[in-house]
Amino acid sequence: MSTGPVSTHSEMTAPIHEMGVAALAGALRGGRLSAVEAARHQLDRMRQHQALGAFVAVDEDLTLAQARAADARIAAGDAAPLAGVPIAHKDIFVTAGLPTSAGSRILAGYRSPFDATVVRRLAEAGAVTLGKLSCDEFAMGSANENVAVPALGFDHAVPARNPWQTDRIPGGSSGGSAVAVAARLAAAATGTDTGGSIRQPASFCGVTGIKPTYGRASRYGMVAFASSLDQAGPMARSAEDCALLLSAMCGPDPDRDSTSLDRPAEDFSLRLADSLEGLRIGVPREFLGDGVAPGVRAAVEAALSEYEKLGARRVEITLPLTQLSIPVYYILAAAEASSNLSRFDGVKFGHRASNYADPSSRKSALEQMYESTREEGFGDEVKRRIMIGTYVLSHGYYDAYYLQAQKVRRMIANDFQQAFKHCDLIAGPAAPTVAWKLGAHGDDPVADYLADIFTLPASLAGLPGMSVPAGFDDGMPVGLQLIGDYCAEARLLNAAHRFQEATDWHLRKPAGF
Amino acid sequence: MTTTQQDITEQLQAGRPTGPLVRGFEVIIGFETHAQLSTASKIFSRASTAFGAEPNTQACAVDLALPGTLPVMNKGAVERAIKLGLALGSTIAPRSVFARKNYFYPDLPKGYQISQFEIPVVQGGSVSFFVGDEARTVRLVRAHLEEDAGKSLHEDFVGQSGIDLNRAGTPLLEIVTEPDMRSTAEAVAYARELHKIVTWIGICDGNMQEGSFRCDANVSVRRPGAKLGTRREIKNLNSFKFMQQAIDYEIRWQIEEIEDGRAIQQATVLFDPDTGETRAMRTKEDAADYRYFPDPDLPPLAIAAEWIERVRAQMPELPRAMAERYASEHGLSAYDAAQLTQSPALAHYFQSAVAAGANAKLASNWITGEIARRLNQQDIAITEAPVGAAQLAALIARIGDGTVSNNAARQVFDALWTGEGRDVDALIKAKGLKQMSDSGALEKIVDGVLATNQKNIDEYRAGKDRAFNALVGQVMKASQGKANPAQVNALLKSKLG
Repeated sequence: MSTGPVSTHSEMTAPIHEMGVAALAGALRGGRLSAVEAARHQLDRMRQHQALGAFVAVDEDLTLAQARAADARIAAGDAAPLAGVPIAHKDIFVTAGLPTSAGSRILAGYRSPFDATVVRRLAEAGAVTLGKLSCDEFAMGSANENVAVPALGFDHAVPARNPWQTDRIPGGSSGGSAVAVAARLAAAATGTDTGGSIRQPASFCGVTGIKPTYGRASRYGMVAFASSLDQAGPMARSAEDCALLLSAMCGPDPDRDSTSLDRPAEDFSLRLADSLEGLRIGVPREFLGDGVAPGVRAAVEAALSEYEKLGARRVEITLPLTQLSIPVYYILAAAEASSNLSRFDGVKFGHRASNYADPSSRKSALEQMYESTREEGFGDEVKRRIMIGTYVLSHGYYDAYYLQAQKVRRMIANDFQQAFKHCDLIAGPAAPTVAWKLGAHGDDPVADYLADIFTLPASLAGLPGMSVPAGFDDGMPVGLQLIGDYCAEARLLNAAHRFQEATDWHLRKPAGF
Repeated sequence: MTTTQQDITEQLQAGRPTGPLVRGFEVIIGFETHAQLSTASKIFSRASTAFGAEPNTQACAVDLALPGTLPVMNKGAVERAIKLGLALGSTIAPRSVFARKNYFYPDLPKGYQISQFEIPVVQGGSVSFFVGDEARTVRLVRAHLEEDAGKSLHEDFVGQSGIDLNRAGTPLLEIVTEPDMRSTAEAVAYARELHKIVTWIGICDGNMQEGSFRCDANVSVRRPGAKLGTRREIKNLNSFKFMQQAIDYEIRWQIEEIEDGRAIQQATVLFDPDTGETRAMRTKEDAADYRYFPDPDLPPLAIAAEWIERVRAQMPELPRAMAERYASEHGLSAYDAAQLTQSPALAHYFQSAVAAGANAKLASNWITGEIARRLNQQDIAITEAPVGAAQLAALIARIGDGTVSNNAARQVFDALWTGEGRDVDALIKAKGLKQMSDSGALEKIVDGVLATNQKNIDEYRAGKDRAFNALVGQVMKASQGKANPAQVNALLKSKLG
């Protein structure tokens, strides 16, 4: 229980770590709980469960200073919407107060002189930062196994573990975020989603996560993986909590991110309770084919039935290019990554190899410095994607790969627009299976790639998507994916919230946490 | 069969008149010019572009390519590109695309340069100018926006290189011509004209020493009628003098290679002003694959017609239009009008003199003659000329009304220039340079000269014009230059019958 100096919370029934964002914000504003108390409690809990490998950087003094500031604002009657709510950030967001590694040796110990826009906006909304969360190196991965920096309490890099069964992966790349929320180490966390990196780990860990429309949240301060796809979003224990965070995170940022949408910030909580009567839910037949595990299909079918009970109507639709989204994504994302990661060259910041000059080499000292620095600094998956990306952009291959992939990407986006003529939302599984065992995909990166099939299409189209807990298969959580039209986040959250009012999947928690 | 870039260039060059042959070879020159745009901040960040600051003090997080930073377009740079397009009669693309040019170099912080590749902002257009008094037009391929790199400092550190990123992200407009030039003189004249235009419309300060206007010249030679030869690119020509020397050297070098039976290899070369030679930096075999692709951090650059119209409304009268106006309004030659419109300041000087009442033709002669000579001699700009336009107008007025002769006017001008005096009339008076207006006094002098120069009179009557001029000279001398030469002529003629 709380170790805070003011034990006002002791009268309450639920432990602090069981409280979601909305409950915490209410208790903090109502003076029933202090921000320092909440922060101390979560910091203790984080240490207690550090074997999960969720956190990679913490600074208790910084966290407590933020909590005290939140308490002071609450006492002064100037409480921002998230005042005192303890959250944590995926280590892909740069932070001025904490180091940022993006899961990579090449950035180990890097300190940014500024906060990412998303981090700044959440801080302005009053949220208190507990620390930075483990992720796949440069957000490249579907299992959180491509981590190259030590987690808190470890002297070496470890994958984060799924709290439902700790010999399983939590999904990726926002694996640490999903673990922290599922294991109640933080009320909520930020994530980023390039090809499914919020929705898939949310699905695997039984939490709720939303990737907004591309451009809704500023990319300023997100260490770039694939610029045309990267998008920030919240992960929490309910749609209601996601709405609170997303409202703070989104909004135009024209002076820092040219791709940020020119749409005003929105209160995504306003329409949560709207009726679903007459809502048309499109189910792409490609999303429930043979590749889907029977337990996953059963959970999704059950969720669709639940929606019909809530007044929604099921519509069969088709997204014929679903299969192609895998090669298209792995060409385009790799192409952009190969260029985005060029800045990690040992010249200006981050790792620089110490012994690189071999006088007998016919290469220049500069070339040797580049090669040794990048050889030492990047992990295998990152190198693989840099090589693929470099290849598909090369003279003579560009038209066949990059340009062709861009064309198919536009066709995929058009297919969604066709589909939205017949339905208001699209539903299906977030992933074909539940979380697999650590190391199960071994040296087969393509197995990881194929598991992204249901999240990639919405990413390529720039559409908002979310994952909502919808049952279990073999004791592991199954996520229902909801995809909306552009800027339909409020509608997605409304559908998820009504589902969560009718079900309790999102309230289930892993044993021991 | 597919059409290559080479084919297109051949077609575009077909039928263009050749220039002066060099040892039987036709010279073909195309230009790529980097004009640094005169914005206060960088093309994709808010850091200052001022020249000469301490290393790395004008590089912000975006310029340093810190993780998480993103480019945001500087509208001022786009506006300057629009101005150039309007000045050169180009198409301003309603939608152009920024692309990444990927390569590793320590002074390129992101590992790629943001440039424009397939769809540039300015397309087509031309530059017209004179080579001597011959009119020429060079066609533009394009002009595109891009960012500059930083600087590598190899001399200041022992065994190490220093990186200064102050220049990183400085906005550039790269202006590319067709290979339309046929001589070094034409190439230098083109560069001068382009320099004049970019400074005239205020998009570039034109400071070549500081690298604000740098030219790359693509040079090849061929036998007349043959296919285009292999070109070599001379990089970073940052003075008109070096440009002339470098291209001349390169032409000679290529011709000698060919005459010696060696084929020209495509290469990038640097000009060394100390030796006067060009030398290869890299050949085609080392050419990098830049892996251009559209920059996903920047949406396509959209330029609405209204924006173009707003910029058009702010455009100054261009030098060519102004020269044509001078020629038609004041009856000046095309050459003189072009000389007067070398810079906005020079044109302003001319216009001020005319506005102050000066005869335009005389003002033009003074400005392109006496004044230009003195400015050149002292290496100063027209804005620093000690004689103002109003003073010049006053002096021209005194020539026009017969108060002073041209010769005397030159003396007055010199006194004005050296600061001996400021008022034209006062100087004429003080120096006693007023022309004789008393025809009685002049007649006496003429009579005196005729009385003592019988030999010249005889020669004149025998048909020698030179003898008449000698008599005029004698009269002028006797009048201490104050006689009106026209009056002297008339008087002498009537007396000699």
